Amino acid sequence: MSTPAPEKPHWLDQPAHVKRLWRGFLVLLALTVAAQALVHMHPHFAVEQLFGFNAWFGFAACAAMIGAAKLLALVLKRPDSYYEEPRGASTAQPEAGRHEH
Amino acid sequence: MNTDLVLHPGLVLVLGGLLLAALRGTARQVFTLALPLGVLALVWQVPDGAVWQTQFLGHTLTPLQGDKLSRLFATIFALMAAGGGLFALRQASRTEVPAAFVYAGSAIGVALAGDLVTVFVFWELMAVGSTLVLWSAAENAAYRAARRYLMVHLVGGMLLFAGVVGHVHDTGSVAFGRMGTDSVAHWLILAGFLVNAGAPPLSAWLPDAYPEASWSGTVFLSAFTTKTAVYVLIRGFPGTELLVWVGLAMVFYGIVYALLENDMRRILAYSIVNQVGFMIAGIGIGTEMALNGAAAHAFTHIIYKALLLMSAGSVLMMTGRRKCSELGGLFHSMPLTTACGTIGALAISSFPLTSGFVSKSMVTQAAVDGHLTTVWLLLTAASAGVFLHAGIKFPWFVFFQKDSGLRPSEPPAPMRWAMVLFAALCIALGVWPEPLYALLPHAVNYTPYTGAHVVAQLQLLLFSGLAFFVMLPYLKRTLTITLDTDWFWRRLGSRLFSAVERGWRWADRAWRSRAVQGAQAVLRAVESRHGPASRLARTWSTRAMAMSVLLMLLAYLVLYYL
Repeated sequence: MSTPAPEKPHWLDQPAHVKRLWRGFLVLLALTVAAQALVHMHPHFAVEQLFGFNAWFGFAACAAMIGAAKLLALVLKRPDSYYEEPRGASTAQPEAGRHEH
Repeated sequence: MNTDLVLHPGLVLVLGGLLLAALRGTARQVFTLALPLGVLALVWQVPDGAVWQTQFLGHTLTPLQGDKLSRLFATIFALMAAGGGLFALRQASRTEVPAAFVYAGSAIGVALAGDLVTVFVFWELMAVGSTLVLWSAAENAAYRAARRYLMVHLVGGMLLFAGVVGHVHDTGSVAFGRMGTDSVAHWLILAGFLVNAGAPPLSAWLPDAYPEASWSGTVFLSAFTTKTAVYVLIRGFPGTELLVWVGLAMVFYGIVYALLENDMRRILAYSIVNQVGFMIAGIGIGTEMALNGAAAHAFTHIIYKALLLMSAGSVLMMTGRRKCSELGGLFHSMPLTTACGTIGALAISSFPLTSGFVSKSMVTQAAVDGHLTTVWLLLTAASAGVFLHAGIKFPWFVFFQKDSGLRPSEPPAPMRWAMVLFAALCIALGVWPEPLYALLPHAVNYTPYTGAHVVAQLQLLLFSGLAFFVMLPYLKRTLTITLDTDWFWRRLGSRLFSAVERGWRWADRAWRSRAVQGAQAVLRAVESRHGPASRLARTWSTRAMAMSVLLMLLAYLVLYYL
């Protein structure tokens, strides 16, 4: 599939552009929080009245979920060959798909 | 009655699927596209109320019945069959698409069933169709996954059957209406439905089986089984509070497992459980807003999940690779697939202007309206988590991240068209939700695009994105899997079985050798007493003989005088 590519690097591959994307992203983040001042948020729950609730709650929730995943991984992570049968153990493969018609 | 003229859309698709298996060449391609579209037209011919009725064992069966909820699900199932058929037009396996049509047709059959017996029959037919789709991948791993898949679904079917029999016994009616958790029979029905929804503890069947299908098979599989379960739960168990917690458990299970996963299609399989969790939580909340939200979310979910799996299927077909750790940088040579996959990822994350935004938010709104603070907080956290595990993780690791050096070309035209059409639907429904809202079972009194909602959602999602990139080192892909409840039947079960077998063999051998030893000991004893050289068999001397007779007579004399 892959061809040795004598191509010039894509603009997304250039570190300077990646840096610019990061800056743009951070500006966008700031803008979404700033927009709260312009839009009436009509909060329903008390916790929503805290400043930038969705911003920090979203960030914290993601961090917590990544943490939880990491903890789970400590116990339940296995090599991806875990369920593979030892060599030679699997018997003749049925001609699946062709056996019907 | 004029209703005899109405054809059953589900049966037409099932029978058409069987016919399709016999067709070849152009006729097959034309029929693959025309059949589901014809079925879609038939779905809209089904009027409200019972259409087909028949007597069976003294009960009135209603194999065809229409209302708004039924039509909504039948519509999206037919649409999905059409889109999937287009995507799979070049599928070399001659059984896969016919099996998928049988599968889709029976899902439509469930959606249009007016009684529990019909639901059960189509329910089991769905299990058969989907197993055949999985089988058509013709690989050993798929074959074994299909056996495990079938096993779980037969268990689910058994629970459902027992429940239906109990329900008919209790109530004397086979009609499929609202049930509560008020009897053993209803609990059994609920359990049967939840097995297909991918609810814990058997949720592992879904991420175990779906990623083993072919590049097009997974697209079909993602749509029907779980969403049919959502449909029957909306009809049978709205407002069952337990479902809120089951749904939330599924939501977080999906996120955490997807975060750890390396196989691109298994990431998406976990996120099916996650998304169905939102719908089930909505069904548990049970208000009109929540049920509308669950139904609408099932509709939009089928489209964007199919789109995501189409983009993953295209990558699989063109590269032959499925692990994130071996992919990356594909945007260079697959820009269209990247764009479509990204649109699907934005839609699943409920980005404004995509279909997920107008559907999932109704479930969240229902939690707000019901003042359910905990549920709302958890749903909001989960919305952030969706962006994390599917919205960014999937496109990032497959199409961007480090350059894997792979430069596959775009997939063939039918696959490109299927992706473009479904991507267009994701955006169209997001920009213009009114047609979808008009199809929902209850009147919609909800405006998704308010300033507050858009700002809040953007904050939530973009800061989740920030969390993803800040914590990227913790998300590096490794060649690992994460154990799930399928461990119990894939590892513990087989280990227990062989342990029992070994124990039995040992006991059997021990018992046999003990028995042989015992028999030999008896033989030896007999031999030593009665054998040719034994004490009783040898020839005695006359002296010894006379002596023993004398002793016996003496003993007699003594006894006589005592």
